Amino acid sequence: MDFPMFHLDWLNNRMLIAIIAILHVIINHGLAVGFMPFVTWLEQRGVSRSGKDQITDLEWDKMVYKIMKVAFIITTTIGAMTGVGIWFSVALVSPASIGSLIRVFFWAWFTEWIVFVTEVILIMVYFLTWKNSNSSLKAKIRHINFGWYLSIFSWITMAIIVSILGFMMDPGNWQTHHSLLNGFTNPIYLPQLLFRTPTAMLVAGIFGMFLITLFTKKDTNLRTSAVKYASKWLLLWAPISLIGAFIYYRAMPEAMTANLSTAVGTITFAQYYNTLLYVAFAGAGLTIIIGIIGVYKTKLLKPYMVVIPVVTAIAYLGFFERVREFIRKPYVISQYMYSNLLLKDDYVVYKQDGVLKHATYTTVNEVTEENKVEAGKNVFTIACSRCHTAQGVNSVVYVFDRMYGGTGKPLDIASMAAYMPNMHTGRTFMPEFPGNEKEAEALATYIRYLQQTGDVLEGAQEEGITINPNNTASALINKKK
Amino acid sequence: MLTSLFIALQSATPVPKDIPLPLPLPEWLLIFLLVVSFLVHILFVNLMVGGSLLTLWSQIKGLKNKEYDILAHEIATTITVNKSMAVVMGIAPLLCINVLYTIYFYSANALTGLMWLAVIPLVTVAFLLTYLHKYTWKLLENNKPVHISILAVAVIIFLFIPFIFLTNINLMLFPEKWALVKGFFSAMTLPNVFPRYFHFIFASLSITGLFLHWYMGRKNYPFDTIFPTFSRYELKKKGYSLTLVASVIQFLIGPLVLLTLPSKGLGWNLVLVIFIGAAIAIPAMWMMWKGIQGDERTIDKDFKKVLILMTITVVFMGTGRQIYRSNALEKHRELVRLKTDEFQQIKKDAIPKSKEAKAQESTANLTEAQKGENVFKQNCTACHKPDVKLVGPPVIEMASIYKGNKAGLQSWIKKPGKKRADAPQMPGFESQLNQEQLDQLAEYILTIK
Ligand code: HEC
Ligand code: HEC
Repeated sequence: MDFPMFHLDWLNNRMLIAIIAILHVIINHGLAVGFMPFVTWLEQRGVSRSGKDQITDLEWDKMVYKIMKVAFIITTTIGAMTGVGIWFSVALVSPASIGSLIRVFFWAWFTEWIVFVTEVILIMVYFLTWKNSNSSLKAKIRHINFGWYLSIFSWITMAIIVSILGFMMDPGNWQTHHSLLNGFTNPIYLPQLLFRTPTAMLVAGIFGMFLITLFTKKDTNLRTSAVKYASKWLLLWAPISLIGAFIYYRAMPEAMTANLSTAVGTITFAQYYNTLLYVAFAGAGLTIIIGIIGVYKTKLLKPYMVVIPVVTAIAYLGFFERVREFIRKPYVISQYMYSNLLLKDDYVVYKQDGVLKHATYTTVNEVTEENKVEAGKNVFTIACSRCHTAQGVNSVVYVFDRMYGGTGKPLDIASMAAYMPNMHTGRTFMPEFPGNEKEAEALATYIRYLQQTGDVLEGAQEEGITINPNNTASALINKKK
Repeated sequence: MLTSLFIALQSATPVPKDIPLPLPLPEWLLIFLLVVSFLVHILFVNLMVGGSLLTLWSQIKGLKNKEYDILAHEIATTITVNKSMAVVMGIAPLLCINVLYTIYFYSANALTGLMWLAVIPLVTVAFLLTYLHKYTWKLLENNKPVHISILAVAVIIFLFIPFIFLTNINLMLFPEKWALVKGFFSAMTLPNVFPRYFHFIFASLSITGLFLHWYMGRKNYPFDTIFPTFSRYELKKKGYSLTLVASVIQFLIGPLVLLTLPSKGLGWNLVLVIFIGAAIAIPAMWMMWKGIQGDERTIDKDFKKVLILMTITVVFMGTGRQIYRSNALEKHRELVRLKTDEFQQIKKDAIPKSKEAKAQESTANLTEAQKGENVFKQNCTACHKPDVKLVGPPVIEMASIYKGNKAGLQSWIKKPGKKRADAPQMPGFESQLNQEQLDQLAEYILTIK
């Protein structure tokens, strides 16, 4: 509408964000939030393992240093850059929404940034002073304390982010009072934190165990005792994570009923929701098994076995993120902005005049008999392209065909056109169709055209843009004369 | 050629409407935050880019003279720290520019979309390579070509990324060009990107020179145990020389940047700020020259002054950059404001009209079945038609299934089951329809002819 539309026709725009975001969450939870206390704890074990005349058990300390090195490198490269990447990709796919959120929650983001800067500085200090700190017991203890501060800061960063996520899901808040506190009082805030904290610890323990098996030799005393420690860590956090998952699971429908009374009823969500607990049980269960083997039959544990829970842990986290995303639909900002980036309040205008008339970037601003396909393409770009592609993942042709029985027969334009004005009632995860009747018909014509030609939709990054003559500087000035 | 000319003639300036929300802070404060935080960010970026260039140069020289290899190693350890700072410090200016220039910045991002997004993987890879380079120094000691190549790839990436940022930051200033741009490369060739690029590269070298001077001179730096033959004085002198030469070159590129700036943002305020900034650098350059000419005891003498003067220059240049931006966008932002207000007015006018239309519908004397038909239209026509199968069965089929069984029909609507193998699941309407509506619906369905 007001921004050139970036569009990925194969991957799907939402998928792009999801991939980057899930990668970020895994690194942030698994190698920062949960990992820092894990490493600090192990470092402290090293000091208590050592003899009276030593500062720390040097062999042990070296191993802990190595696993920290991996975490340090990954968090300061992939971790940091995927964090920026979420922002970049959301700004490309959903510019109006992130633009609005930043205006309202500027201070939340600014605070988050300050905490983040502190976290990065602490992580550098912690890692880069490690070797020097082995010179005296006093320095070592100070270093360990640094590790604990760092752990606290990592956790605070997460706690703030969760609250920012909370804003976007909570109804009402947006219109009434835009304050940071609302994010924290959101009904889903505490459950989320209760779930994320132990799960971060759990995932960190799994990553840690994997790295321990990489950096120690088979059948050494070092490996056996390190794996034992990691296993105990897992056994501590796995049940807590499971309880957290359950609380979160229970809190979800309530948050949603408040948000959009209907979303719970949608099938796709229901399917996800029902699988959620199984995934949680599988994830936590597997780690418990590994933990038990690690404590009692340490020798049996091979590095490749640890890969299994690593993968499960990633799936576990990823799955919860996916479900959380679903709660927001059809809004990006609850009750204010739909996922197609149009404001709920502006719909009266679009329904009255049609969307094309008011779009800044469109090749056609009024539907005629001749330009239906072209007009439909522009309507699609504005109304559907944030969630659907023309031919790729979740393609509009595929969803229509599936809805009409999955026969692959030519789609019926009249039926599709009749579907549009009511699409939000049957499938409440989608926003209401924003245009007028003619535009609905044009869109249906375009979808049929897509089905029969296999044409794809190029985004502004490839095709550039065409400016609607209604919305140029000269049009505006002429009107004001 | 002909088509591009055609498009050029057609091109117009888009006037989108802005996000209808107030700024979170007074505009001047946001601009202040933007300028300051950007300078901090770019300082670390300069050190990262300049540092990696210097490391590469030094390591290549180190093939012949081992001492330079040690120097390369020492500079390399600073890159990975500076790069982390560059990233985190980049978030604040990103936040500010997003708030201040939402429409402009995001539009430029979208128009160069793939390359803009490529910043993320490219920077990630470059960072990983700098770590790889740093931590394989010993391992690849006898395989220098491979070791140096790792860094070389990182350097190439570091040298390319500024193009992406400059292209965006440049494109956002010219909405009148947006319709002409097709992808990143066409945006990159807009005037001014290249001169600004070289201005940036030499700024990096210049700042890295000063950094080298400071780094090698630190009191707690165990210089003598690290370098067998180099002296602190020698390296400080090298740092100064680098800064001096790069600054002289800046005096050649600077005017070029100014000249290639499209005239729409030029103004006396801009020229004044830039000239003052440049003038302040001159005494600093003089002091560095004296330092290089002098000996071991005098090289540190004016270092603090040089730093202060150069910092002031940088602040002036950063301010100039913002002045150009405000000048260039001032008029267009005015138009956007008009447009935004105009739309709000249209909306105000549309609301009563749509209310009226709705009111007319509901006050009309409808029969129970007609009311039911309306409910049906709103909720069910997406999937059901009166007489033919769409997603679900036609209404006539419903009527025959539920003849005389109003309660059964209503309970299906509230909580549908699953009957037909070839049909998807029908969504439930329990929370959306009240009993009155359900009764109207039933009336409509069961009396359809
Ligand atoms: C909020 C993002 C979003 C937007 C915007 C959106 N959709 Fe959807 N749509 C979805 C999702 C999610 C599904 C479910 C996909 C699935 O179940 O695999 C879906 C499914 C569908 C279906 C199949 C429904 C069914 O009953 O199986 C159709 C048809 C459809 N969309 C059409 C459209 C059209 C046309 C537009 C634009 C006017 C649009 N959508 C806009 C998210 C969206
Ligand atoms: C998203 C599409 C969709 C919407 C919206 C929808 N239905 Fe259905 N409906 C179906 C499908 C699919 C079936 C067939 C289900 C089956 O047989 O499993 C169906 C079946 C039915 C049946 C037949 C039940 C039977 O016993 O065979 C009735 C009655 C019905 N719908 C009423 C309604 C009413 C009333 C509404 C509006 C309030 C509505 N439907 C909205 C998809 C939909």
